[in-house]
Amino acid sequence: MTRLLALLFLLLSAPALAQNADPYAGLAGDGYAEIEAGVSGLAASGDPRAGAILAALADGRLLVRPADKALFIRQGGAVVDARTGAAAADAADLKPVKANNRVRRAIEAARGQLDLASPETGRRRAAADAVFKARDAAALPALDAALAREKDAGVRQAMTEARAAVLLARPGTPEVDRLNAVPPIQARGDGDAMGILRGLGSDPSEAVRAAAARGIAAIETRLAIVGALQNVWYGVSLGSVLLLAAIGLAITFGVMGVINMAHGEMVMLGAYTTYLVQELIRAKMPGLFGWSLAISIPCAFLVAGLVGVLIERFVIRFLYGRPLETLLATFGVSLVLQQAVRSLFGPTNREVGAPAFMSGAFDFYGLSVTWGRLWIIVFAMAVFFGLLFVLRKTAFGLKTRAVTQNRRMAAAMGIRTPYVDALTFGLGSGIAGIAGVALSQIDNVSPNLGQGYIIDSFLVVVFGGVGNLWGTLVAALTLGVVNKLAEPYVGAVLAKIGLLVFIILFIQKRPRGLFALKGRAVES
Amino acid sequence: MKVLKTWGSAAALAAGLAMSAVGAARAQETIKVGILHSLSGTMAISETTLKDVMLMLIAEQNAKGGVLGKKLEPVVVDPASNWPLFAEKARELIAKDKVSAVFGCWTSVSRKSVLPVFKELNNILFYPVQYEGEESERNVFYTGAAPNQQAIPAVDYLMSEDGGSTKRWVLEGTDYVYPRTTNKILEAYLKSKGVKDEDIMINYTPFGFSDWQTEVSKIKAFGSAGKKTAVVSTVNGDANVPFYKELGNQGIKATDIPVMAFSVGEEELAGIDTKPLVGHLAAWNYFESIKTPENEEFIKKWQAFKKNPKAVTNDPMEASYIGFNMWVKAVEKAGTTDPDKVIAALPGIEQKNLTGGTAKMLPNHHITKPVFIGEIEGNGQFDVVWKTKELIPGEAWSKQLEGSKDLEADWVKLNCGNYNTTTKKCGGA
Repeated sequence: MTRLLALLFLLLSAPALAQNADPYAGLAGDGYAEIEAGVSGLAASGDPRAGAILAALADGRLLVRPADKALFIRQGGAVVDARTGAAAADAADLKPVKANNRVRRAIEAARGQLDLASPETGRRRAAADAVFKARDAAALPALDAALAREKDAGVRQAMTEARAAVLLARPGTPEVDRLNAVPPIQARGDGDAMGILRGLGSDPSEAVRAAAARGIAAIETRLAIVGALQNVWYGVSLGSVLLLAAIGLAITFGVMGVINMAHGEMVMLGAYTTYLVQELIRAKMPGLFGWSLAISIPCAFLVAGLVGVLIERFVIRFLYGRPLETLLATFGVSLVLQQAVRSLFGPTNREVGAPAFMSGAFDFYGLSVTWGRLWIIVFAMAVFFGLLFVLRKTAFGLKTRAVTQNRRMAAAMGIRTPYVDALTFGLGSGIAGIAGVALSQIDNVSPNLGQGYIIDSFLVVVFGGVGNLWGTLVAALTLGVVNKLAEPYVGAVLAKIGLLVFIILFIQKRPRGLFALKGRAVES
Repeated sequence: MKVLKTWGSAAALAAGLAMSAVGAARAQETIKVGILHSLSGTMAISETTLKDVMLMLIAEQNAKGGVLGKKLEPVVVDPASNWPLFAEKARELIAKDKVSAVFGCWTSVSRKSVLPVFKELNNILFYPVQYEGEESERNVFYTGAAPNQQAIPAVDYLMSEDGGSTKRWVLEGTDYVYPRTTNKILEAYLKSKGVKDEDIMINYTPFGFSDWQTEVSKIKAFGSAGKKTAVVSTVNGDANVPFYKELGNQGIKATDIPVMAFSVGEEELAGIDTKPLVGHLAAWNYFESIKTPENEEFIKKWQAFKKNPKAVTNDPMEASYIGFNMWVKAVEKAGTTDPDKVIAALPGIEQKNLTGGTAKMLPNHHITKPVFIGEIEGNGQFDVVWKTKELIPGEAWSKQLEGSKDLEADWVKLNCGNYNTTTKKCGGA
């Protein structure tokens, strides 16, 4: 305990001691506290080398020679002296200066200060955000100077917000300035702004406290609305994933009536196909990486579809009209496929990379929208309408519908029903494979991938009404949105349980699901 | 290539099976060791590696001449991530194959399932995974971390200035016994440190949870209250990848809200691009990146054994390594593989760990371990940013929980796993 206290004391006192010292000595120091002090010292010193040194530290390219604590920067293959920028000899004893979160935070804040004068608008904006986050009073002069010469309205606003945040965080700001700082923060209107205003609850001035309370109330209303919309968006996103997983099953189970427990494994095969395609592209044509998902789609369709046709030909064909046996046989097939993949690729997760256009998020009127999820929604819709088109408008779709509605009549018309059965099952499996391409972006690519989706897929198809594609769409989106609206209130575990109970009750009432097929074919 | 490799290992396995058939014919010449790890099903992702480590360690020991002049013979069974099957397979190993000790289990529920078997048939289980504590059994030796060897130091680090002086806490876990118990302990500990109720948020998600959008935005909202926030994650295995992907996508950086994980190791990171995750944390008793001669040799041997220069090592592998070597030493000390004598010989046995210290088996059947905090690096490894000065002895019973703080486990003097220090009786609270 005493040692802990001593350590704490050391940590607390170190920055104070190092504040006025040479920042280079701090950077070459032993503890993170010293390095942190060196970073802030360097930013405040106005040293022209500061930017280069901080960038090097952030990337782990700043090196220290343990013998005399001299600092160097690695630039490509060469090493330069950090202080002067002159070329220096590379040596084996140079060790990288280590950064942890504490140092990284200091680097972000320091680079924020330095970048305020950057000629690029984007960097000035990022700098203003960094200052807003760090709320370091030392940045105030630089901020004022930057504000005076700023032309871009957006950046100006970000800088005003940052300045207000710094003023509110700094002890000793006059009451008038504090009061004037509240409106820009309120206008920002996000969670961070609310955090700042909450911090004013203990402000000595009555007027500031009242302004802050008004600001909090305004932001809360706004956040509540945005929050509700955000949940709906999450729901649509979850719904699109459910739709992707279920849509293949809507063909094999919904249209053909085969209880296919190996459906999840088709999804998994699609994901592994994506992995293989990416590995191949990485090894042979790295330039095509951005296209890897697009290339994977037909490959996944073919692989999963082919496996589906084989399963139909060698297993399911003998079991038509015997649902229990089909269920057991396909469950067995699913275990075989899982273990086969486990033996081939190993039990551990495989890394499937995200192309640049699927990474990150953007802000849409306060809603944060991740690109990956957005593309998955678009993709799910494309698959859905594509499938609808195939079933409604092509000769193959016509034959499929004919066979499933009245097998003997279709056979009498000259349709080779076994052939259509195999292809329809292949189509359903292939669609599941395509779903695997999308799911590889948001889930583990492991042999267990499919298991997580099989129950959900059956829920969606049954809830939507067996044999009805539109029902599947509506059911997937409904389940997604209801789940996500319930989750913030009752938690993820209860939300899932609640949904299951709801579906059980619903099926009691309407055994055929939301959109039941009508007609004699169904009755028989 | 990959295909060839796996066929190769399958062939090796087949050869191993054939060997064991031959071995049975001359049973008196070998000492059998049971390996009880899932090779199929959901847990195969984690447990297959431990089976391989055991095979490597046994082969190595045999190359050194075996134990007591006899060769060791591994008996591998597959409980297939099926908890009741664990008990059946354990019974098969002990009763039919007559193994001298068993190395195995990963999840707490599988350990609980085999406990009665080990007690009834009086055999030894070495359990190599970090767990929730609240247990000390005569027949089990716990070489993974107890909560005081992982969770508590991790929270201490986050509270320190180096860790970001965290004031607000999200305890995020998968909904089962390990996260729930650990979070109960952590909640009690945080409150004892003066953290208020409103500054702690506890969340559970189902096994294999994959849609983290709401959870992550909840964390984001909780973290924007103006106080430094950190997440302590007991999220289990498979659910971690989508969790970290969502964190990266929603732009939560470690400098804003760091995530301290207890179940994410080198193996789990192998499935993700770690560049957006740089700076997120993990607390373990071993990291592959720790530079010691012992560790470097271990990694080299492991990569050679797996015939894969990219094969990673992790904490439960080190725990298996320590457990196996302790068993070898105890057998040599006792001069026999008789379970009673080996159980008596084990406490006090010392074995060098891979990070430069020496692990000691304690009377409560837990071991001493160093605690490391690592930050995720861009290459999927961890950079150690903090470590305990000395080795921490494992506590079977948490000091933070009502009902368990009075209990003491001591199989040497008290011969009891749950001695109550207030009622002075053996047998719990």
